[in-house]
Amino acid sequence: MRTPSGHKVYAMAAEYPSAGALYEAAKRVRDAGFRRWDVYSPFPIHGMDAAMGLGKSWLSGWVLFGGVSGLLTAALVEFGPSSFLYPLDVHGKPTNFMTVPAFFPIMFELTVLFGAFAAFFAMLIMNGLPRWYHPMFNWERFTRATNDGFFLMIEARDPRFTETGVRDLLQQSGGQHITIVHED
Amino acid sequence: MDAAPPAPEVIGGGGAASVDRPLARVPLVLNKRNFSWLTERISGVVENPAPRWWWVTFTITASVATFGLFCLGYQISTGVGTWGLNHPVGWAWDITNFVFWIGIGHAGTLISAILFLLRQKWRTSINRSAEAMTLFAVICAAIFPGVHVGRVWMAWYLAPLPNNYGIWPNFRSPLVWDVFAVSTYFTVSVLFWYTGLIPDLATLRDRTTSKIRKFLFGIFACGWRGSNRNWRHYEMAYLLLAGLSTPLVLSVHSVVSFDFATSILPTWHTTIFPPYFVAGAIFGGFAMVLTLLIPARAMFKLHDIITPQHIDKMAKIILLTGSFVAYAYTMEFFVAWYSGNSYERFAFWNRVFGPYWWYWWVGMLFCNCLSPQLFWFRWCRRNIFVVYFVCMCVNAGMWFERFIIIVGGLHRDFLPSAWGMFYPTWVDIWTYIGTLGIFTSLFLLFIRFLPMIAMSEVKTAVPEADVHYASPNGQHPVAAHRKEQR
Repeated sequence: MRTPSGHKVYAMAAEYPSAGALYEAAKRVRDAGFRRWDVYSPFPIHGMDAAMGLGKSWLSGWVLFGGVSGLLTAALVEFGPSSFLYPLDVHGKPTNFMTVPAFFPIMFELTVLFGAFAAFFAMLIMNGLPRWYHPMFNWERFTRATNDGFFLMIEARDPRFTETGVRDLLQQSGGQHITIVHED
Repeated sequence: MDAAPPAPEVIGGGGAASVDRPLARVPLVLNKRNFSWLTERISGVVENPAPRWWWVTFTITASVATFGLFCLGYQISTGVGTWGLNHPVGWAWDITNFVFWIGIGHAGTLISAILFLLRQKWRTSINRSAEAMTLFAVICAAIFPGVHVGRVWMAWYLAPLPNNYGIWPNFRSPLVWDVFAVSTYFTVSVLFWYTGLIPDLATLRDRTTSKIRKFLFGIFACGWRGSNRNWRHYEMAYLLLAGLSTPLVLSVHSVVSFDFATSILPTWHTTIFPPYFVAGAIFGGFAMVLTLLIPARAMFKLHDIITPQHIDKMAKIILLTGSFVAYAYTMEFFVAWYSGNSYERFAFWNRVFGPYWWYWWVGMLFCNCLSPQLFWFRWCRRNIFVVYFVCMCVNAGMWFERFIIIVGGLHRDFLPSAWGMFYPTWVDIWTYIGTLGIFTSLFLLFIRFLPMIAMSEVKTAVPEADVHYASPNGQHPVAAHRKEQR
């Protein structure tokens, strides 16, 4: 889809006066059956995931994976040298399996360390970040999305997208400054 | 703890408690400030030219930091003999400073992680600067164990790598646990801090007119645009980082205390050390948070965001953890008596009446046990000067406590023939003061270049952030504000 001036259309977007208004609008867009759309707010809005029809984030699965791999790494790093490569005789203390509690602190630390790395990188990857360019940045009002603005956008790629239909939906749900966002 | 006090008097921030609803919660952001005010005020700290006091303070602290670095260079190039350490006191100011700094970091993680899990929304005003403080404190802490080994170029022996004889570090040693604990703590704190910073860096990116700033903030904001599809994963990541940091912070000072507790020295060889150290760390850390935030709040006029309520709550945590610490001190004496061990009994008698007697009376008794008890009184928690006085006492007291534990434990050996005293040299003293300079310089740089209050988080503490919010007169305050602007 292109505008008369030849720009490729990315989406139609609107601004909402408050978090509550955006929340109500999101529910209407969800119920209208749209798939490729998003809302933007300067802070996470409590309840918005349900209003958008999104479930729980499974980022937690990656953190579990990270934590388990940290635990296994620690076990490998500790048992490998201390039991096989070079068992250290310190003050004649035993080096058998009964001494395994002495390995727990490092196992714990590496579990946390790998879990934290997993949480951080999974957050970036699942969000498609870093992505320094996005069509929404073409809309000059959109700079307020990180200040005090609440925005909703429906992508032109969405199968249910029609210019008049989406405009009506945004208008009826209380959207202001309704605009077409260009892709380029 | 979240219930608002009924009395309406509020210092320094304008009265906000409603008189007709005495049980209403005092708002966390005073004077009904809206989102754009919060953005303006917090970004303004970074965007406006540095005030004159900033340059004056920074010049002083940076000079002190430079001299501290010179002392470190002198110590490394000459040898550990430049410090006053010798037999029998082989650990003195270096390890005291290490434990002191690492402990200070703990308050930052407590605020950012534990209070997050406990849904204490008031943390949003202070968590960013407290986390920054954590990082800078851990940087200062890491200097000492790295340097006190003498030959710093051999510090890689601490890493889990075999040396040239194929010998690996002893993974059953608390000193190796400590390396893992502190480095994990620092790394996870950086990740947590940076995750929190991403939305705020995007705010600064979208506001700035300078090309360089736009580029740099843009790079580090990773293209954040506040999309709810992103917030969903972001919030889960934040929750899990908080969940991982909570046991981590408790483990770090526990592991630090194992350095002492697994030895056989009287006063060190105790099972109470891990909880005692953790409580002391949070106690000292909160005092440092207030030491930094009370002036910053006044300088940048942040009274509506860091309100008397916040200071009151932090004072209560100082009272709570200070009482834990006082209990632990008492228990140590009780166990020393009850154990019937003559060395243990002597060590504690020596702590109170020995050559370092005044360290105990001033540092541990007055500063750590008695001074926080002032916070039982509301008037004291609400008076900035009393709060600041107690915080300074606690800062000093916690340093004295670590000195007493370390040097107090070492200077009287089992045999009187091995008794000795510790006298710091100028290098000892100036290395420590130098780390104070490094710490304050880094903090001053932080408040100039990064948002010192988590904007995206503090906005969630404003009533308008609730989707079911309706203002009493039926008009939405954000919408009303927009109309004014147009």
